[in-house]
Amino acid sequence: MIINGVEIEDTFAEAFGMTATRLLITDDSADWATTAAQSLTGFATSVIACGCEAGIERPLAAEETPDGRPGVSVLIFAMSAKDLQKQLRDRVGQCVLTCAGTACFAGLRDGAPLKLGGALRYFGDGYQISKRLGDRRYWRIPVMDGEFVCDDTVGTTKAVGGGNILILGASRPAVLAAAEAAVAAMRAVPEVILPFPGGIARSGSKVGSKYKGLVASTNDAYCPTLKGQTRTALPPEVAAVLEIVIDGLTADAVRAATRAGIAAACARGAAGGVLKITAGNYGGKLGKFHFHLREVMA
Amino acid sequence: MSGLVLTLRAPPPQRVDLSPLTPDRLQGIDAAALASLPLACGNRPVAAGELFAVTSGDPDDLRLVGDCGRFDRIGADMTRGAIAVEGDAGAYLGQAMRGGRIHVRGSAGIGAALEMRGGEIEIDGGAGDFLGGARPGEMKGMSGGLVVVRGDAGDRAGDRMRRGTIIIEGSIGSYAASRMIAGTVIALGPTVGPYPGFAMKRGSLILLSRPDRELPTFADCGRHDLAFLRLLLRALKGRSRRLDELATRPPLVQRLAGDQAAGGKGEILLWQD
Repeated sequence: MIINGVEIEDTFAEAFGMTATRLLITDDSADWATTAAQSLTGFATSVIACGCEAGIERPLAAEETPDGRPGVSVLIFAMSAKDLQKQLRDRVGQCVLTCAGTACFAGLRDGAPLKLGGALRYFGDGYQISKRLGDRRYWRIPVMDGEFVCDDTVGTTKAVGGGNILILGASRPAVLAAAEAAVAAMRAVPEVILPFPGGIARSGSKVGSKYKGLVASTNDAYCPTLKGQTRTALPPEVAAVLEIVIDGLTADAVRAATRAGIAAACARGAAGGVLKITAGNYGGKLGKFHFHLREVMA
Repeated sequence: MSGLVLTLRAPPPQRVDLSPLTPDRLQGIDAAALASLPLACGNRPVAAGELFAVTSGDPDDLRLVGDCGRFDRIGADMTRGAIAVEGDAGAYLGQAMRGGRIHVRGSAGIGAALEMRGGEIEIDGGAGDFLGGARPGEMKGMSGGLVVVRGDAGDRAGDRMRRGTIIIEGSIGSYAASRMIAGTVIALGPTVGPYPGFAMKRGSLILLSRPDRELPTFADCGRHDLAFLRLLLRALKGRSRRLDELATRPPLVQRLAGDQAAGGKGEILLWQD
């Protein structure tokens, strides 16, 4: 399959089952809500060392939020509900509770609930106030600029993490420009996040290492500087590779984002220095979700 | 299927316990059986048919036509359906109800929503003392649901209240939210009787007007724009036009924390102009 002169390799992205939740963070201004969300989702690129993968799903208009203030929707993915609970408590406690003016609401109601305000309320040291409004329970935690208002619990859902595409190109600027275009297109897809910096990862990894105790190491087959030195996966004309990792609430969302990203990356065409699109997998043995690129683009 | 209608023939000579006539208890009972149901009238039983003319219909849509001011415990323990009272209601309206809806076109007597656990009560007129309260000796009053009173409420509204929301569009009497444990009472009228929040442990009493006399055991915590009030107004949107009007104003309140003689974790929020 060739789109606009760019070869789509006959392979698949291998993704894993994860547990995810959605938070709605509001503030007096969209800027401050974004600040809180960026802090909350910082250092959350990969479960390998961050404990979770998180990102901003989209900005929210004031009419879409529970308290009528501008906000941001955030998705957080972890390998288990227990891991997610710890990350929620720590991240919301350190990054949202602390941020001037914020409130934090559940963006998912269904599924096994995790504690949100229910875990943070103890910060109120006895001055916290619980309020049940309709079918929802909120916590009011006194803080130095007023009160931090927070949902008691948030729902969770089974989700998909580790969807990916690799963009191979003739130069570093060409690949970066294609990756940026792909990220812009993928961010428009609902229910997905791209957890790496700017949505893009340059240090794709393989499982294992020559060093004991290191679970992942550089994916030498895709490092252009090792083309002559290792069993490379790169054609001679490829000078750079960038990866986009996709986490989504559903397999369909990941598929839609994969399609949007590949289409945007290929829009520049071979003339723009994009040579090939491929994806990372582990032979299909580890992850239960397989996104075959040619089927996705069919 | 239209609703079941009970039309009062004449006011009863004594007070009547109407708790046997709820949507729950009338399921599968035909008009003849209903007319023969015994009701306690003073110290003797009276057949329901002697007091009411019965027009059969859906018991989940029960209408009581006539002045029911002598009928107590209307809708007690109900969990489903709706009761419309076309006139006044007696004491203990909706006592311990768990679900469904009661609408009273007139006023309700003492102890409306007593120990109510869920559902909704709307009273177009006023409500007597101990609205949402507890029976003597009981530790917990209303513990869920929503009550809207369009008129005034008597003394001790929200006494020992544990959870739920009471909106009073008119004035309230003395000692509102006394011994309150949790929940929310909102009074929108021009007059608030003396000493609201007496022995209040936790919970919120939201007032638009300053009380006649205030307890010295409430501590002024200053004026604040409380984000939670936006959520409250949104959750109660459409329940009260007067409350909806508040949503157009900034949620600026003076927070008084008390009763300091009873733990002091409750609050009176005085809405600021």
